Amino acid sequence: MSDHEDIGRLPVRKTYKLYVGGAFPRSESGRSYPVTATDGSLLAHAAQASRKDVRDAVVAARKAVAGWSGATAYNRGQVLYRVAEMLEGRREQFASEVAAAEGIPREQAAKQVDAATDRWVYYAGWADKFAQVAGSTDPVAGPYFAFSLPEPTGVVGVLAPQESSLLGLVSVLAPVLTTGNTAVVVASETRPLPAISLAEVLATSDLPGGVVNVITGVTAELAPWLASHRDVNALDLTGAAPGERAALQRAAAENVKRVYVPRDLDWQRDPGTSRLSPFVEIKTVWHPIGI
Amino acid sequence: MAPRFEYAPAPESRDIARLKPSYQIFVDGAFRDGSGESIKTINPADETPLAEVSEAGPSDVDDAVDSARRAFDGVWGRLPGRERGKYLFRIARAIQERARELAVLESLDNGKPIRESRDVDIPLAAAHFFYYAGWADKLSHAGFGAGPRPVGVAGQVIPWNFPLLMASWKLAPALACGNTVVLKPAETTPLSALVLAEILAAADLPPGVVNVLAGGPAIGAALVAHEGLDKVAFTGSTEVGRTIQRTLAGTGRRLTLELGGKAANIVFDDAPIDQAVEGIVNGIFFNQGQVCCAGSRLLVQESVADEIVTALQRRLSTLRVGDPLDKNTDVGAINSAAQLAKIRELSQSGEQEGARRWSPDCDLPDRGYWFAPTIFTDVSPANRIAREEIFGPVLSVLTFRTPAEAVEKANNTPYGLSAGVWTEKGSRILWMAQRLRAGVVWANTFNRFDPTAPFGGYKESGFGREGGRHGLEAYLDV
Amino acid sequence: MLQQADLRDVTRDDTSLRRFLHGLPGVDQVGAESRAALLATRSIKTTAKAWALDIAIRMVDLTTLEGADTPGKVRALCAKARRPDPSDPSAPSVAAVCVYPDLVATAVEAVHGSPVAVASVATAFPSGRASLPTKLHDVKDAVAAGADEIDMVIDRGAFLAGRYLQVFEEIVATKEACGPAHLKVILETGELATLDNARRASWLALLAGGDFVKTSTGKVTPSATPPVALVLLEAVRDFAGATGERRGVKLAGGIRTAKQAVRFLVMVNEVAGEHWLDPSLFRFGASSLLNDLLLQRHKTHTGAYDGPDYVTVE
Repeated sequence: MSDHEDIGRLPVRKTYKLYVGGAFPRSESGRSYPVTATDGSLLAHAAQASRKDVRDAVVAARKAVAGWSGATAYNRGQVLYRVAEMLEGRREQFASEVAAAEGIPREQAAKQVDAATDRWVYYAGWADKFAQVAGSTDPVAGPYFAFSLPEPTGVVGVLAPQESSLLGLVSVLAPVLTTGNTAVVVASETRPLPAISLAEVLATSDLPGGVVNVITGVTAELAPWLASHRDVNALDLTGAAPGERAALQRAAAENVKRVYVPRDLDWQRDPGTSRLSPFVEIKTVWHPIGI
Repeated sequence: MAPRFEYAPAPESRDIARLKPSYQIFVDGAFRDGSGESIKTINPADETPLAEVSEAGPSDVDDAVDSARRAFDGVWGRLPGRERGKYLFRIARAIQERARELAVLESLDNGKPIRESRDVDIPLAAAHFFYYAGWADKLSHAGFGAGPRPVGVAGQVIPWNFPLLMASWKLAPALACGNTVVLKPAETTPLSALVLAEILAAADLPPGVVNVLAGGPAIGAALVAHEGLDKVAFTGSTEVGRTIQRTLAGTGRRLTLELGGKAANIVFDDAPIDQAVEGIVNGIFFNQGQVCCAGSRLLVQESVADEIVTALQRRLSTLRVGDPLDKNTDVGAINSAAQLAKIRELSQSGEQEGARRWSPDCDLPDRGYWFAPTIFTDVSPANRIAREEIFGPVLSVLTFRTPAEAVEKANNTPYGLSAGVWTEKGSRILWMAQRLRAGVVWANTFNRFDPTAPFGGYKESGFGREGGRHGLEAYLDV
Repeated sequence: MLQQADLRDVTRDDTSLRRFLHGLPGVDQVGAESRAALLATRSIKTTAKAWALDIAIRMVDLTTLEGADTPGKVRALCAKARRPDPSDPSAPSVAAVCVYPDLVATAVEAVHGSPVAVASVATAFPSGRASLPTKLHDVKDAVAAGADEIDMVIDRGAFLAGRYLQVFEEIVATKEACGPAHLKVILETGELATLDNARRASWLALLAGGDFVKTSTGKVTPSATPPVALVLLEAVRDFAGATGERRGVKLAGGIRTAKQAVRFLVMVNEVAGEHWLDPSLFRFGASSLLNDLLLQRHKTHTGAYDGPDYVTVE
């Protein structure tokens, strides 16, 4: 309280809410849960989302598909790069939050933030290149021109990594967006605060509302709703507990979801295209060649 | 008035198929009786038995998977790509050499017209082996990193609509990448896969690299659930695909699925009408409509709907339905009694729900499984025949007014395998192609297949691609 | 579908005609080729083949259109036309002989008393590069000499330049000059280059009153290709659908074998319909084709392959 006396003002604390459809609602359930630092001290109360929040987030994500997937790849790259610019500008804030969330020294947390920013830049740059790498012209045996190109899968449910609250989150989210998908992200259950701050960055960047939706709460409670949702096209199981994965995969089979089970959780490593390919569909188009 | 130009029967001889009285499963490089039942495979065109087929039992699945594992660890997984490739080239050539025999065999067992088995199924099967043969020693250039490794042992379950072609779609990329395989053909069409096993043996493919198990759904289920596999590939119904996806949940085994479809074939008022009519006919009557990518929903712009339907009716009246071995047959037999019952049931529902049914006059044979080419008009998007995969020679005609409406209606299905667009306006083709949620978009053509062109579904039509460079991914450890 | 009233209207002026022709559905070349190739897979055997060979013979316009043609050559051709197979009286005679206008009189005399008609090319065949009065004079000469049928050429230059009404009016004038003679309109599709043009030219000729549309002069390659035949057959089919009038198709150039001819008959049967399987609605303009039809006919009737020494050379 000595600061208070010295500065003469009370710091304004942040209310951590959900990010759905470009807005920051509380959970429709009215629930919240305490988020603590690794030492057990209270950091904040985060919104504890319900299945209805998952539902709303999927609706928002679906609504955003046409615009985001229909944007030019160049435009998506620009928008994503703008996010990186804003991350850089909030470096100090994120370093503090990551340090608090993950219980690591501030200097180490800052490196995580830098890596996250760089990763965002990496994926921003992929936006108008991936189709060239993953696409092809198909030299078919006939008078036809055939080409194949990657298209976004649609709405991707992302269970963000539980440990790496920012770099991990960025590493799973950015590739989904790069190829034109929209996302419903279930943030790290115990370390959700950097995710909400990232949502604030996204909200003030040029990313259209609904392209990314971030919900916080109990992963094991929320993930099954995402997995069984028939308007979700793909599911990234990165943040699911190993014991829960089988059940989620079973639920995901309901609408033949594409399910991504990561093999590598080393967020420092160059991801290559390993997280771009799982969330695209290859479309092949044929047309006759004649006069 | 001139006399009718009656085409005299021009049947291929069934002797060409060199049918044997009985066929055995192929495990660890040898043919043997399976531990399952012995069944008779029948000719769907006349319901006569073709041959006895010894089916696999659960112990055969174990043996086949073990054999495939030994072959993977011992030989195939270590063989240089160059050598693997030469085996595949050999196989491609052997299929070409025995093409006529395989075509007749396929038409006998499946009921498809000899023209199709001769001109499409068998040549494409050979082409797939030929294409992937060349990849075997070039995998480092396929875009999956340097020296990509095979996945291991693959279990592959294929359908009855294109028996040999589906076997080739599955086997060729798997083998090219260095995997070994246990393949299960469909219960009603096991023969060509078992003859392919003869070809593999004659090509000196090491024992266990490919095992072929005849059997029904229970053997298929046992195979896909087998813990000795690293990878499962399935082509068939969405219902079964979903079950397999559930079965493999949590196992870490890899899966690709090529499932059902309810493709929209979209015809605009500026289409090349005569070619569109051909494309519509090919789209739904090719292989009696028993094609997952069949253009079963005709979406026609309202302003040309009457003209198109009239032209279609005229064209259908020239389709020749009958003996699959007759070179002049356009539409053959339905593959099985069960499939015929399903087609009948759905067609009846179409009538009950108020759609108008039309078929040309055609004399169907008394014996065998036959269904006349059928068009439903006045179909509403809510009718079952507009939503469910019929997998038969039944076309549902719906109309639209604007391009946006066409896209909306085309995409209004849980499936997403293929789509057709007919218009002479180039920019509209690309606009449509961009928006159709389907793995293959045929513009001003339909039902084209090529080993270099990836094929596979969006949404509930499955995931993974077969064909082309993309088809390698499912069989590489990437 | 098109209404008769519409059709009268479309030839009112250049603009209407252009709008109509350009409004016809396009032809996708690859699709048309694959349709033609599919039809070519039909296997015509035994009784069907025997029937097809005979009707093919009856559809032949036995043709000689050489600078070196003489009365002697034409008389020999006419003899062959009347009785293609001297050893087999059951072999039918051909539909017509086709000659240059100056040899019409010779031909008329040589076919006298037989069902064989005399056709004459005219209108500055094969290029059509002459003034209209000259072309019409050419036609009248041939008709006056007794020609039953006139094979005119259209002005491809005018067509390609978009002067459709000019082409139309020339055909109308030629038809008038024909009097009772039947008019076949040679489109020379090889010079029109695209199947879209083949369709437009077909309709133009049909609207102008041509009794037949004919692919080619035989002097330009490509001539009667299967996709071109397909497009012409579709045109007469659709014209009949719109007007109720059946007009004919003649394929000329490059058809040398019975196998080709039978394939075309399959196409006629399945595209235009069985009504067109008649010499009044379908013709082959050919010379060497007839001998191959006779060879195949012999094989079909006797079971043994024949040799070229057993058919006559004119």
